[in-house]
Amino acid sequence: MRITTMSVLVDDQARALRFYTEVLGFVTKQEIPLGEHSWLTVASPEDPDGTQISLEPDEHPAARPFKEALVADGIPFTSFGVDDVAAEYERLTALGVRFTQPPTDMGPVTTAVLDDTCGNLLQIAAMKG
Amino acid sequence: MGDVSGDVFKALADPTRRAILDELTDRDGQTLFELCARLATKHGLGSSRQAVSQHVGVLTSAGLVSTRREGRYTFHHLDPAPLRELTRRWTGPHPEEDR
Repeated sequence: MRITTMSVLVDDQARALRFYTEVLGFVTKQEIPLGEHSWLTVASPEDPDGTQISLEPDEHPAARPFKEALVADGIPFTSFGVDDVAAEYERLTALGVRFTQPPTDMGPVTTAVLDDTCGNLLQIAAMKG
Repeated sequence: MGDVSGDVFKALADPTRRAILDELTDRDGQTLFELCARLATKHGLGSSRQAVSQHVGVLTSAGLVSTRREGRYTFHHLDPAPLRELTRRWTGPHPEEDR
């Protein structure tokens, strides 16, 4: 069994696709219309055949209260690896991205937390050494 | 003046709560998530999020921490005013401030 696809629950697929591709820099992998929504996935340009993220509509009644409770406490449910957290912080801040936590030394890892504009906080992290 | 210092002493008596104040001194305006992560990684405190939330509540009651809602997020800020009051109480006011 391999990890091919994981999901992020988004409140708007079109806005999510713009943010995850144009701002974060992922590439669109699949966009298949399925009635009201699409099967919409993105992948990392550094690993285009690797794990995809499904940008999944958060329409289930339990999804939004769950997301709102996480965001209120500052919890990023999803984490992405970067080479340099400070450099990504500078790049994304210049693009207007809102961070709830600037780059912070957390022992073996440096992390920062940003708002994906689709109702989620995302962590970016770099292991030291 | 009313003796509100009891709450401050109770709040300061706990090492986890002192660590929370240390971390807010290092960077003011943190989410609960960041506070929990700092306590775990920098202080080796494996307190549950609920426990940390309760510690923050004690600090808030004592007036040492204030909570600010900004849009969808909640941030925690250090308020050293009660500590200044304690210092003034026993070191004494300057004569010109007395009455």
